[in-house]
Amino acid sequence: MKIAVCIKQVPSTNKVRMDPVTNTIIRDAKDAVINPYDLFALELAITLRERYGAYVTAFSMGIPATENLLRDAVARGIDCAVLLTDRAFAGADTLATSYTLAKGIASEGKFDLILCGRMAIDGDTAQIGPELAEALGIPHVSGVTEIISLSDRKAVAVRVTDSASETLEAELPALFTVQKDINIPRMPSIAGIRKSLTAGFTLKNAADIGADPRRLGLDGSPTQVVRTFVPQADKVSETIAGTAAQKTARLLEIIGEAKK
Amino acid sequence: MSGLIISPELCRGCALCISACAAGALSVRDGKAVADPALCTLCGICAQSCIFGAITVQKSDSTEKAPDSSGVWVFCEQAAGRFLPVTYELIGKGRALAQNLAVPLTAVAAGYGLYGEAGSLSAAGADRVLLCDAAHLASRSEGPYADALYVLIEARRPDIFLFGATEFGRSLAPRLAARCRTGLTADCTALETDPESGLLYQTRPAFGGNLMATIVTRNARPQMVTVRPGVFATPAAASGAEAIIEVIKPPETPDFIRLIESQPLQKGFSIADADVIISVGRGIGSKKNLGLVYKLAELIGASVGVSRPLVDMGWCDYTHQIGQTGLSVSPKLLLACGISGAIQHLAGIGGAGTVVAINSDPDAQIFSVADYRLVGDCTEILSALIDAVSKNTEE
Repeated sequence: MKIAVCIKQVPSTNKVRMDPVTNTIIRDAKDAVINPYDLFALELAITLRERYGAYVTAFSMGIPATENLLRDAVARGIDCAVLLTDRAFAGADTLATSYTLAKGIASEGKFDLILCGRMAIDGDTAQIGPELAEALGIPHVSGVTEIISLSDRKAVAVRVTDSASETLEAELPALFTVQKDINIPRMPSIAGIRKSLTAGFTLKNAADIGADPRRLGLDGSPTQVVRTFVPQADKVSETIAGTAAQKTARLLEIIGEAKK
Repeated sequence: MSGLIISPELCRGCALCISACAAGALSVRDGKAVADPALCTLCGICAQSCIFGAITVQKSDSTEKAPDSSGVWVFCEQAAGRFLPVTYELIGKGRALAQNLAVPLTAVAAGYGLYGEAGSLSAAGADRVLLCDAAHLASRSEGPYADALYVLIEARRPDIFLFGATEFGRSLAPRLAARCRTGLTADCTALETDPESGLLYQTRPAFGGNLMATIVTRNARPQMVTVRPGVFATPAAASGAEAIIEVIKPPETPDFIRLIESQPLQKGFSIADADVIISVGRGIGSKKNLGLVYKLAELIGASVGVSRPLVDMGWCDYTHQIGQTGLSVSPKLLLACGISGAIQHLAGIGGAGTVVAINSDPDAQIFSVADYRLVGDCTEILSALIDAVSKNTEE
């Protein structure tokens, strides 16, 4: 039983602001962390490894420094890690990224189950999971909260939708994207950290994974950002001021109006 | 050859781009900014941060321009044989886009036994209705639905395809987009078309922060987007001819996912149905102070919604989250307490009738969308309101 987990490096904070004076973008911190949703996928993979003796490989597409994240994943208990890194991957939208991940995973053999976090907190699109499943030609389930059982050919999982809790059976190989807060990600153990310091990582570039260069990176991305801006709102607001009693009275008036 | 281009003539070495870069790829050398190609992810944020316009992300478009195509399509999602409200919202918006481009609007539905409901799609403004009607499509499943829609897309080549960003839509649309090798933009808050180029301009919050981005899919087709329920208004009944209804029976394709059991959740009332909503952000101060909010809500008959940070901190559960990745709400009255007004939150309250914003920070972004502005401590104001309402009920 081989399980692949996809993890993404994201900025530790989403606090990107526009400086009102210079109208420029300021980011408050530069630390990179594992995308929180992927941590839950990682923990799920390690739990399955313990329960079923599965072999777990982590994959990430990123800059060379992403190796640190993969070492962190090894320290938490996965078996090995592959970093897909190449200048040609830069600027990829979700289509080019999912293509790259698919070629990378395929280059490492056949996997029974692929796990991904449901979405990345910097992109928020939740598109990679389904697009990756399509690129690999396998079925997918989004928003899994629990895996009840795993065998060579099938997996039984639970996902919670708006209206119901569904128990589904998927034929393997399949891809699941996992919701957050479904488990408590374990911390790296001392033994794990020691192992991660000397663990070998596989670094693969575009040629190693046999990727078609036209489908990579910026050129392989059908979508393109043409403009970023701070939205200008033109609402004219009435200020509520005065004594505490006056403010309260005005608020009650407004509430009363709405309840009519 | 594409990449990051910094013009030495325009660059003043001011290093503003360096503070914007999350990958640490930029540095100043000999008074000019340079990028380390090994670290640069071509995300483009530096280009947006440069006040001298010295940075561009150059993309060489090797994809060919798509051939002429058949207009605007809207995926009509159904559950248990009834179309979801977002279906009608998108038909309304799709109609406006189609009229702007002078192309037909086609409502595309998949399910079983939907013919009786097709009239409602016509009434909402569709010029044509394409019904994929088959027993194996009765309940929504990504595999068979993607198979059926892909065949239609290949045969008829729609220009634009709109999907509701429901849980199913957000799972189906990317699968289909990848199969078509086309672009998909999720959770758009605004859509506009340019009749000259035929391009759909897709706007959504971006860079995880207080910025909006406008995205295009220049060459690949169809141009696909998902839009959250509640972003666009339900259209009034459209005047005009009845839609041409076409029924197709797609052949059954294998489904590798089988539903074993479905247990309905004890959901009851959703806050999105409320007339008055009190939305709470970090300015409330502590989980304990939320008690004031619930008390006031009970007294005035309002629902309580929260911003994402409160859910992330475990102060409230996700069913109350309002925003881009939570619920979109359109109450008559929204009382925003201690909400800063981050774009992702504002994306969820666009439909609100009247917005009262209470925040101790006079520069909070929430005030830019507020009808009433109160600068002050929200816990004090909530306590005062609770006292006043309690007194009124006693009298």
